[in-house]
Amino acid sequence: MIGTNAILALAVVLFGIGALGVMIRRNVIVIFMCIELMLNAANLAFVAFARALHSMDGQVIVFFVMTVAAAEAAVGLAIIIALFRNRETIDVGELNLMRW
Amino acid sequence: MEHPAAHAAAQSAVLAAPYLWLIPAFPLLGSLFNLAFGNRLGKAAVRVVAPGAVLLSFLTGLYAFWSLVRAGTGAVLVNRVYPWIHAGSLQVDVAFSFDPLSGLMVLIVTGVGFLIHVYSTAYMDHDEGYARYFTYLNLFTFAMLLLVLGDNLPLLFVGWEGVGLCSYLLIGFWYENPDNASAGKKAFIVNRVGDAGFLLGLFLLYWSLGDGPQDLSFRSIAGQAGELGPGSVLVTAICLLFLLGATGKSAQIPLYVWLPDAMAGPTPVSALIHAATMVTAGIYMIARMNFLYVLSPEAMLWVAAVGAVTAIFAAAIGLVQNDIKKVLAYSTVSQLGYMFLGLGVGAYGAAIFHVMTHAFFKALLFLGSGSVIHGMGGEQDIRKMGGLKKYMPTTYWTFLVGTVAIAGIPPLSGFFSKDEILFAAFNRFRVLWAVGLFGALLTAFYMTRLLIKTFWGECRADHETQHHIHESPPAMTVPLIVLAVLSVAGGWIGTPWANVLGDFLAPVFNSRHGHHSASLELALMVVSFAVALTGMGLAYFAYVVRPGLTTRLKEQLPFLYQPLLNKLGVDELYDLLIVNPLVAASRWLWSGFDVRGVDGAANGVAAVVERNSAVWRKLQSGNVQHYALSLFAGAVVIVAYYVLA
Repeated sequence: MIGTNAILALAVVLFGIGALGVMIRRNVIVIFMCIELMLNAANLAFVAFARALHSMDGQVIVFFVMTVAAAEAAVGLAIIIALFRNRETIDVGELNLMRW
Repeated sequence: MEHPAAHAAAQSAVLAAPYLWLIPAFPLLGSLFNLAFGNRLGKAAVRVVAPGAVLLSFLTGLYAFWSLVRAGTGAVLVNRVYPWIHAGSLQVDVAFSFDPLSGLMVLIVTGVGFLIHVYSTAYMDHDEGYARYFTYLNLFTFAMLLLVLGDNLPLLFVGWEGVGLCSYLLIGFWYENPDNASAGKKAFIVNRVGDAGFLLGLFLLYWSLGDGPQDLSFRSIAGQAGELGPGSVLVTAICLLFLLGATGKSAQIPLYVWLPDAMAGPTPVSALIHAATMVTAGIYMIARMNFLYVLSPEAMLWVAAVGAVTAIFAAAIGLVQNDIKKVLAYSTVSQLGYMFLGLGVGAYGAAIFHVMTHAFFKALLFLGSGSVIHGMGGEQDIRKMGGLKKYMPTTYWTFLVGTVAIAGIPPLSGFFSKDEILFAAFNRFRVLWAVGLFGALLTAFYMTRLLIKTFWGECRADHETQHHIHESPPAMTVPLIVLAVLSVAGGWIGTPWANVLGDFLAPVFNSRHGHHSASLELALMVVSFAVALTGMGLAYFAYVVRPGLTTRLKEQLPFLYQPLLNKLGVDELYDLLIVNPLVAASRWLWSGFDVRGVDGAANGVAAVVERNSAVWRKLQSGNVQHYALSLFAGAVVIVAYYVLA
């Protein structure tokens, strides 16, 4: 049996990798995947707590998160395709029209 | 003791006359018609509609007058049109009343006004603003009719403001010239000073009448006036405030300064302002409020003093003016002074009588001067006239009648009305009578001077102008002839032997004929006749017998001549005392308070915000990852706060 702390540590590591990726990577698709990574880290934490507390609540929330993540992936990829068609780049460093 | 005003209110029979509203409605409709369609339908339509509307009013007025006379002494016709201001105990209606005073004024306004309209159709024939001119002229007539027919003070005030507005529009009619436009503004602003007095008087009156039901109609105020206390400070204050209003409209000291400048308008407008409308408004208002003025001997004394001083003051300035219209303008101010003198000594009937005769001969004189100006191609300087008698016979003879009438030669109209005022003044204040008599001497002198310089002797115009001098068309000369007949005969309804007009007006003023000595009155008539003859004789001597005399007088008495020529510097004095300080204060408020204070505060706030924003807007980098970083940083701070706290 793997301890709750170990699972939470994994979740923290995954979340950290995801957050770091969102902040430093330039490719929109990679940023997108990092966001998915962060969502799944959160899911992992929910499931770990649910098991530790003998409650189904955390597991129910995970299903919601997965649904939202699926919808977000669909919308997000569509935006990225539209973006690429217009600008021929998916580098966030170049996508900075909305500034002072 | 029952108060006389309350007594008068009780005995008057009030009759319904549902057609009275038509009298002011006709000119209003004419005005709206000319405003909307005048330019499209052209002069032919305007020429018919504008005088026609006034004629219809005149005929309706005649019918009402006839009904009033038939109804017997003390009757009043009333037409309640609709409820106007109904708020709590204040119940003011739009209502018209037609009593002997209103009736006479309606006939003067519409009768003389009609003649002026007819005259204008020819005088203004070549003007581009033909329809606009008649729009204003009809509106002017409407406002004046509203003023004299209004049954209550607020409605009178509407008409009062209306004539002020129309005088502004008409004086500044040729607004392309800035002088004319500023003369219009001057008339309006000076009138506003008087209007402020009128309004304050109205407020004070309403306040002092208490909380009971109040419709502010003249009959109900007359009924309650006794409660204010005869001779009280309150009544005197109200009367003096109304007097201030009247000095503005009726061009008395200290607010007469607008009237001479009002000559900037077309000449028939001067005739309308000076004879039928506008300047008679103040006289009418004081005569209408006689029940208040009888309660305050101090206020009456002020009215009489203002009138007498204005009468000689303006006449003295009129002596030396060289513009034909300016002479007549000062003459009007002076004659209005006589009317105030009459009001102030309690001779309300005589004052209104003089309003009527003055309307005839002053309209005649102004229209005559307009005919001269028309014939001379726009020349107004009498130094460049002379000898017009042979070119313009009709104008000359009618002008002669007007001159003799205003100078006070019997049996022309001006003699009887002026004499009635002077007789009343003699019975009250001998000093004011003497002042008035001196004014009559000056009047006779300056009018004869004007006549001689314009129509007699050799023509002093240049050859070109002289060649073009012509008599005016019938549309101008016929009104002159009608007015000349009225100037001759108009006084015969108020002679001392058979004072028909006085008896007719008596119920309004609640006056009874005192038993005065007929021989005294006859003696005074002889004196004023002699004075008038002396004035005319002196002018004849100075300008015909010894033509060089006036030039020598000018040179020897410059300290008398120069100030009079410069109108005694009253305009300059007002500029110095009131206008310039106001302008300076306004400039400071503009550049100091408004620009630096108000605008400075608003702009300062904006500048601070802008400068800060210039720094902080750098945060809006447009780079998504910067935003993500700040999001995470914020999240970390919040989590840290809860974890560590």
